[in-house]
Amino acid sequence: MALLSDINLQGRPVEGHRPWPRLVVTSEVWRHLANELATGRVTLLGLWGDAGASCSVHMALIEPHTNDIAVVSLECPDQTFPSVGAFHLPAVRLERAIASLYGLEPIGAPDTRPWLDLGFWDVQHPLGARTPAPDTRAPYEFLPVEGENLHQIPVGPVHAGIIEPGHFRFTAGGETVVRLEQRLGYAHKGIKSLMAGATIERACQLAARTSGDSTVAYGIAFARAVEAALNIEAPLRAHYLRALMAELERLANHLGDIGAICNDASFALMHTHCGILREYVLRAANAAFGHRLMMDQVLPGGVANDLKPEGVIQIREAIQRIRGRLPRLIELYDNTASLLDRTVGTGIVGPDLARQFGAPGYVGRASARNFDARKAPGYPPYDKLEFTVLVLTAGDVDARVWVRIREVEQSLLLVEQILDRMLEGPIAKRLGSATAGEGLGLVEGFRGDVLVWVRIDGGRVAHCHLRDPSWFQWPLLEAAIEGNIVADFPLCNKSFNCSYSGHDL
Amino acid sequence: MRRILLEGLARGPLTESAPLPDDAALAEVAASVERAARRRLGRSLSIREVDAGSCNGCELEIHALNNAFYDLERFGLRFVASPRHADILLVTGPVTRNMRQALERTYNATPDPKWVVAVGACSVDGGLFAGSYAVVGGVNAVVPVDLHIPGCPPSPLQLLKGLLALLNAPSGASSQSL
Repeated sequence: MALLSDINLQGRPVEGHRPWPRLVVTSEVWRHLANELATGRVTLLGLWGDAGASCSVHMALIEPHTNDIAVVSLECPDQTFPSVGAFHLPAVRLERAIASLYGLEPIGAPDTRPWLDLGFWDVQHPLGARTPAPDTRAPYEFLPVEGENLHQIPVGPVHAGIIEPGHFRFTAGGETVVRLEQRLGYAHKGIKSLMAGATIERACQLAARTSGDSTVAYGIAFARAVEAALNIEAPLRAHYLRALMAELERLANHLGDIGAICNDASFALMHTHCGILREYVLRAANAAFGHRLMMDQVLPGGVANDLKPEGVIQIREAIQRIRGRLPRLIELYDNTASLLDRTVGTGIVGPDLARQFGAPGYVGRASARNFDARKAPGYPPYDKLEFTVLVLTAGDVDARVWVRIREVEQSLLLVEQILDRMLEGPIAKRLGSATAGEGLGLVEGFRGDVLVWVRIDGGRVAHCHLRDPSWFQWPLLEAAIEGNIVADFPLCNKSFNCSYSGHDL
Repeated sequence: MRRILLEGLARGPLTESAPLPDDAALAEVAASVERAARRRLGRSLSIREVDAGSCNGCELEIHALNNAFYDLERFGLRFVASPRHADILLVTGPVTRNMRQALERTYNATPDPKWVVAVGACSVDGGLFAGSYAVVGGVNAVVPVDLHIPGCPPSPLQLLKGLLALLNAPSGASSQSL
């Protein structure tokens, strides 16, 4: 709390920002905060630009011990701001994106290469001054690698599988990866620009398509941000229905991932069986909500549809089927030495890195970072539900598999609790008369915490920032693969399962 | 492991019977696919999936085609790692400007005869993302499309119906051989 009161001393609170405070600070305070991030007293939740009334940059922070959240803003009338990345590496890519999208320059930044802008747009700084792009652009320079007998392997953006687009530049010494450098942005659709000025309804559809695998999580995060901005609360039943969908989404994705990770070690049996369990969940979701991925089901104010009665039966059936099969699959994973030989000790993320990057989701929880947005800061109805959060310390592929396995078990319990305890009632509330405000939503998707920040003006979305958990996971994948063999990259990559679209926006 | 395998044998397959090809897809394929090309390709087709900027929702359902319920490979359709091995490019997403060149190159790397199947609402005209500075538009704006499978995302069953239309000769060949 000391830190937050520090800011209070020197910051100007912004009216109408909910549920956590937003403060406009001076560049001195901004720099001080960058230092605090470096010492680990606060964790970075997000950093983004804003071309609103006056150009500014916003930074969302959370205190690890109190889980207090604050947004701080720095106005940048001269189009510059002191670099946070100069002190705190996790901010580097975020600042590169701000520079590319808004043309705001982070002074002192350690890496000034563009990010997301791959040189194919007609405009530069599309969210800022929007000037025509120059005719010729300098080729992108990958980081230099020095040493004898090194070779490079460029991979992507089109990958050898049913995967999203991205470019990986491997430098290897023999079989061992010396450096991996990612270049992302191929899936950049300009969602932030489409959001600006959109109706809340259209913005909600866009948010739901930021990363299709997390459509429910994005839906909830967006809805919570809008509800905070307009100062309304969804009805209790809507909270339960949202949580039900979120847990079904978590189940489907985790089951798919557990199988797919094993498949990347050529253990197809697990993949097949987990694929069947995943399909049961999706079919139950379809029966319950009319859409397999439950897209567009969460709306600001509540949810679009109530649970269909036959859906309840199918969900309970799916749970029983998973309960019946999963233990043996876990046993199979745990007893197959040739599989464990690939996953144990592979792709390690150390606890220090996980803490520094505020590693979201299973990536963090497999590396000793005890954070789950459902527990803290928490949001309804999870305060009324019993579940435990498993934290492991090994930080390898195996640990990320086990965190998922345990989360599948917890989600099964959660779905049952929700079905048992949910009371009848309204499922949505009108957005009311308020037409302006600012809100922040932080929601635990299957991959990790999704942050949505929104400014509503005149009943429309003036600004919406969507921060995918992948922003703080992708850089850790570069660290995890170092010293591993090239052939273990798919395994490591799948164990992270970062979103390209969610990151690229 | 042995127990799981034996149980699988005893339980019988989960795979569901094939749906009939989608009528609209049949009509579109009949109009766009040359009969000569169809004959040359035979009944076994290799698919190269290209995500040209999707939200990854379509990818999830395309993945599901390989699960035990839909089992795409029983129809002679399989996913391959290289466009050079492919007969079909299965393209998802609004094509982003950042992916345009990669899609063109993938198309050019695919040997003739080839078909392009555009998957998902965005692939038709850019969908929700049309008009963005970062989006070219639908797949047709970059490479010629032979078949559209709409949906957001299309379910595995819808995907299957669309793809089965490709396996049926464009004019009049029976679908009974399925």
